[in-house]
Amino acid sequence: MKGRVVLGLALVALLVFPLALSPYRLLLMLPFMAYGVILLGLNLLFGYTGLVSFGHALFVGVGAYTGAFLTTRAGIRSLEVIVLAAAVLGALIAAPVGLLCVRYVKIYFGMLTLAFGMVFYTFLLKFYRLTGGDEGMPVLRPLLLGLNLDAMPKTSYLVGPYYYYCLGVLIVAAVVMWRIVQSPFGLCLRTIRDNPIKAEALGVSVTRYRWYAFVISAVFAAVGGALLGPPTGNVDPTLAYWTHSGSLVFMALLGGFASFFGPVLGAFVFIFLQDAVMSVVPYWRLVFGAILALIVIFAPGGLMGFFERPRPS
Amino acid sequence: MTANVVNILMSGIFHAAILFLVSAGLQLVFGVQKIFNLACGSFYALGAYVGVSAVAAFTGAGGPPILFILPLALAGLAVGAVGLVVERGLLRFVYDRDETFQLLLTFALVLMMEDAIRLTWGTAPRSTSGHYLLYGQARILGAVIPVYNLIVIAASVAIAAGLGYMLTRTAFGRIIRAAADNREMAEALGVDMRGVYARVFTLGTALGTLGGALVIPATAAMSEMGVELIVEAFAVVVIGGLGSMRGALVGALVVGVLRSVAISVYPEIEMLLIYLIVIAVLLLRPRGLFGGAAA
Repeated sequence: MKGRVVLGLALVALLVFPLALSPYRLLLMLPFMAYGVILLGLNLLFGYTGLVSFGHALFVGVGAYTGAFLTTRAGIRSLEVIVLAAAVLGALIAAPVGLLCVRYVKIYFGMLTLAFGMVFYTFLLKFYRLTGGDEGMPVLRPLLLGLNLDAMPKTSYLVGPYYYYCLGVLIVAAVVMWRIVQSPFGLCLRTIRDNPIKAEALGVSVTRYRWYAFVISAVFAAVGGALLGPPTGNVDPTLAYWTHSGSLVFMALLGGFASFFGPVLGAFVFIFLQDAVMSVVPYWRLVFGAILALIVIFAPGGLMGFFERPRPS
Repeated sequence: MTANVVNILMSGIFHAAILFLVSAGLQLVFGVQKIFNLACGSFYALGAYVGVSAVAAFTGAGGPPILFILPLALAGLAVGAVGLVVERGLLRFVYDRDETFQLLLTFALVLMMEDAIRLTWGTAPRSTSGHYLLYGQARILGAVIPVYNLIVIAASVAIAAGLGYMLTRTAFGRIIRAAADNREMAEALGVDMRGVYARVFTLGTALGTLGGALVIPATAAMSEMGVELIVEAFAVVVIGGLGSMRGALVGALVVGVLRSVAISVYPEIEMLLIYLIVIAVLLLRPRGLFGGAAA
């Protein structure tokens, strides 16, 4: 009950923010919502299935570059098409990659995903004729629901229509993910996490379910990645670098990977805290590294751990 | 033609010598403590910066430039003491935790050290000006190789032999192998694991920082060098097999030489090739070429 009230309040707050917050803070909300989608997906793998990926940024990069390609090379600027294409492409790449990765768990799974992520990063970096190399690619302003909003000033476009568009995607993503984790399929994933041998004995195909979780989480990452591009107007290979994957896991841990909304909260705190720290000193990594170390040692449940019981059930 | 081949080969082996030092540290720590230390690249970067400062201080104080390798190597080794601080101050709290948390703690170290280096040495690349060719160059089959490279390769081979001797012939090496094999049994037989962990992690760190210091005359120190090297070291240990010293040696040679060949033949595929090999090894032989062997 209390959780629903908090969730309702958060939703109302997200809806009225464009009326209340400064454009500067609203521009920070845009990456938050994109990361929110990404982390909903990541946590299906991390929190619910128990697999830690150090290469998830690969799919964020796939989504972001899909947007860049479609807007600048193919002349397709509809955001619905971009998001859909990112989702499909994310799934198409995740299917074979996941098939290979989910045969392993723990550190080997982490290493294999890291290696695949770095393959994609190197591809983005080295094939500059195709990808723009280290400078990346521009992303043109997408059409929202078929509407061409080029006449609007950039900031008004981003804090107005684009903000609500991202919020819409985040809400849809949250509802879909909620249905997934509450379904029998979600229950199977948790069984696999807690006791894979028992799950196998009960007739759950462990590797196949892990594979499903991998592909679904990659689709979410690609969709979130597609939303990351337009606010900055540019995408670059660091989106797929392994430290970015690490930051994603960091966000999940910060908010608390044991709860459904914990990772989303983690993304929110990460982005706003990073901005606050960087307005004082440029050394945000020093502060964030210390925070991460403290969380790992003293509060493995993350921020949500202070309010909830550990592990989603 | 031969000169070209020798050049490519020797620059690959030089890189492999440095990679071996860092990967050996990674392997030692993983073998005994079962922690995959993402921060080993950061220790390498730290060693590089401290090396630059040490050489600058040495020549600034009027030391003969020709002896620069002494303060360089000593500083690289000495700063390995950071490992002791990290082990006692952070890692010892998470030994009984899930490895996810251990991995993330070392990732926290990566973040902190990257900025700590920027804070101390600034963001501009640092290098030791003009020390690289002080020892002259050697002609091998027509190729011109800096003698410094040969010194580093020799040092790395000597360290590999020393590590091999320590692990197989000394009491401490026996304890390390026992601890890697079966921690509870070693502890039950009276081994003080706290001390072993502290010493092993410090040794592993010192190998990384020494590697960083030794690479410095050949390239400039940059704050991103740590996160870049870790993926190479990671490739080394995957190819060689996690926890195996022999694996680190072979893996470093494979990665170092292949990278050097790829750079000169088809630069676009430089690291791509390495990662594809890593993936192939993980899929075909997940334990690596020498996996399963004790530290």
